[in-house]
Amino acid sequence: MARPQSASRAVQALLIVVLLALLGLLVATTRAHLEERGIRSGFDFLFEPAGFSLGESVLPFEAGDTTLRAFVAGLLNTLRVALPGAALALGLGILLGFGRLADNPLVRGLAGVAVNAIRNVPLLLHLLAWYFILTDLLPAADAPLQLAPGVFLSKSGLALPWWGDNGFEIPEPAGFGIDGGASLTPEYLALLFGLTIYGAAYIAETLRGAVLALPAGQRTAALALGLTPRQTFLLVLLPQAWRAALPPTTSQLLNLFKNSSLAVAIGYPDLMAVAGTSLNQSGRAIECLSIVIAVYLLLSLLGAAVSHRLEQRSLRGGPA
Amino acid sequence: MPFKLRGIGLLSLPAMSRLSALRGRLTGVLALSILSALGGFATPAVAGKTLEAIKAKGQLACGVSTGVIGFSAADSQGQWKGLDVDVCKALAAAVLGDARKVRWVPLSSQQRFTALQSGEVDILSRNTTWSLTRDAGQGLHFAGVTYYDGQGFLVAKKTKVTSAKQLKNAEICVQTGTTTEKNLADYFRAQGIKFKPVVFDKFEPSIKAFFSGRCQAYTTDASALAFIRAKEAPNPDDYLILPEIISKEPLGPAVRRGDDEWFAIVKWTVNALIEAEELGITQARVDSLKSSADPAVQRFLGVGEDLGKNLGLDRDWAARAVKAVGNYGEIFNRNVGPDSPLKLPRGLNAQWNKGGILYALPLR
Repeated sequence: MARPQSASRAVQALLIVVLLALLGLLVATTRAHLEERGIRSGFDFLFEPAGFSLGESVLPFEAGDTTLRAFVAGLLNTLRVALPGAALALGLGILLGFGRLADNPLVRGLAGVAVNAIRNVPLLLHLLAWYFILTDLLPAADAPLQLAPGVFLSKSGLALPWWGDNGFEIPEPAGFGIDGGASLTPEYLALLFGLTIYGAAYIAETLRGAVLALPAGQRTAALALGLTPRQTFLLVLLPQAWRAALPPTTSQLLNLFKNSSLAVAIGYPDLMAVAGTSLNQSGRAIECLSIVIAVYLLLSLLGAAVSHRLEQRSLRGGPA
Repeated sequence: MPFKLRGIGLLSLPAMSRLSALRGRLTGVLALSILSALGGFATPAVAGKTLEAIKAKGQLACGVSTGVIGFSAADSQGQWKGLDVDVCKALAAAVLGDARKVRWVPLSSQQRFTALQSGEVDILSRNTTWSLTRDAGQGLHFAGVTYYDGQGFLVAKKTKVTSAKQLKNAEICVQTGTTTEKNLADYFRAQGIKFKPVVFDKFEPSIKAFFSGRCQAYTTDASALAFIRAKEAPNPDDYLILPEIISKEPLGPAVRRGDDEWFAIVKWTVNALIEAEELGITQARVDSLKSSADPAVQRFLGVGEDLGKNLGLDRDWAARAVKAVGNYGEIFNRNVGPDSPLKLPRGLNAQWNKGGILYALPLR
């Protein structure tokens, strides 16, 4: 046993060395050619003023701040939509999945239509459609709809009382729109909504598939033991299906995170949008895209690692 | 265990490999960038090579926009039209003797410089602003100015805004990928006014959002604003172009560095088109003017003195360029001026002796 293993280790080590060498060659050649063509390269631009503004940002950001700060603000904007999006998609997906398995034909049919209609339209179209429905339907910013004291809905978004520069602020109409408090823009809302329902449709199918994949005997046996259909579903089928559904579900949630990079199509300043603008301002195409790739890759790998831990735990916990 | 779970570890593998697969538009730019850098398909930056390569291929590769009416846009028959397009046609006529021998390469604003640097296109004629960082920092040479533009604002009249200075706290729709976002931020910083940009990557959503009332103002180059107001607005009279022009946008064709001969050919073809207008050489009269007694006209048309040999071209090069697309004035009128839907005034783009700043370097 020992000898083949050590041989395969050697092959693996060699492969890694070759890959690293190729990567090194790629970087060195790239640098040499860029220099030869008089194209400035390097990451120094990250520490120069960005020169552009962001429409909305969790992190306070002004045009005079560094490009690095713009990237961080973009990443936070991505997370600001991806994290609630993932939670909502999971919740809605489970509901839709249950709906597709319901005994009631009406519920089952409606859930089926919803899932298929959502799943079979490209996400970009979802986003554009929701965005233009929102911006067309909402009242103009100078004539907002007041939902509650200090809560306004208009083309500028949903304004809510929140802590701002002057402490706790109650939004009030001012000038072109509404001033003070926090605001959820139509771009953010459309993106959140689009990502949520798109992700939920896939998660619903994953869940349904996992339940249907269980051996038929599980259900028959549970019913024969005198469990009600509801008990059968909740106590017998779901706990088993959950384990099979976990890996593809986390994969869907990671997809949602990556899909959020379509944000710029509807004007939301996420990481990808910031990278695009920085690329244009600085001309550093390779650098800007490398940063984006590294961030998406790292965060997705982190998500995959968490998902792997969850799988391990669910494997340990169950009956063998 | 009643059912197999061993596959789970493997199941997540496709998910993992998908992590590294990025969106098409992203990978496209990256691939192009790396190709550019590696120089795999690139024309080496050796003097004179570009002209030889173009002659060998029998085709000029011209980088244009993905659709800016008046400058470069494909019509319903797929024919490229516009001011930037005519520059490439004139160049193909001068170099290859046939204005049709052009391969049009539509480029997004993010792809454009990489495409030029990598040798994918021989010339970038794509409403691109000549600025220091682009000229000096990105391995480019701008060959001249074919249109003097400037960034402005479009607002709905019902906002009662008549000056950009009134746009305090306004939301401003903008398409990414130009110097536009930076000019916008610079202008409002200088004015000490706060604003919120809403930045889109595509033209259509950006104007759709503006006309649906999402933003109080739309900003881009004034030439495009005129078109947007005339052609895209539900009712042009409801919209107003504000008087402030907040930036200088000299647009012109660019070539990559390292080939001075090719740079000279593009530069002098641009100058020839402008000079032709000043000399009164039009598309219709270019042949009959060969018998002109005016020495400047004779030189231009290659009668007697041969200017073409300085550029490595033949003596008819300038005459062919004008015969193919007309002089600058004709190009302007046809694409963006009175004979076009844009109906832009000549303004700064008039000849220097007609109140503009267009001044061809002497062809002698």
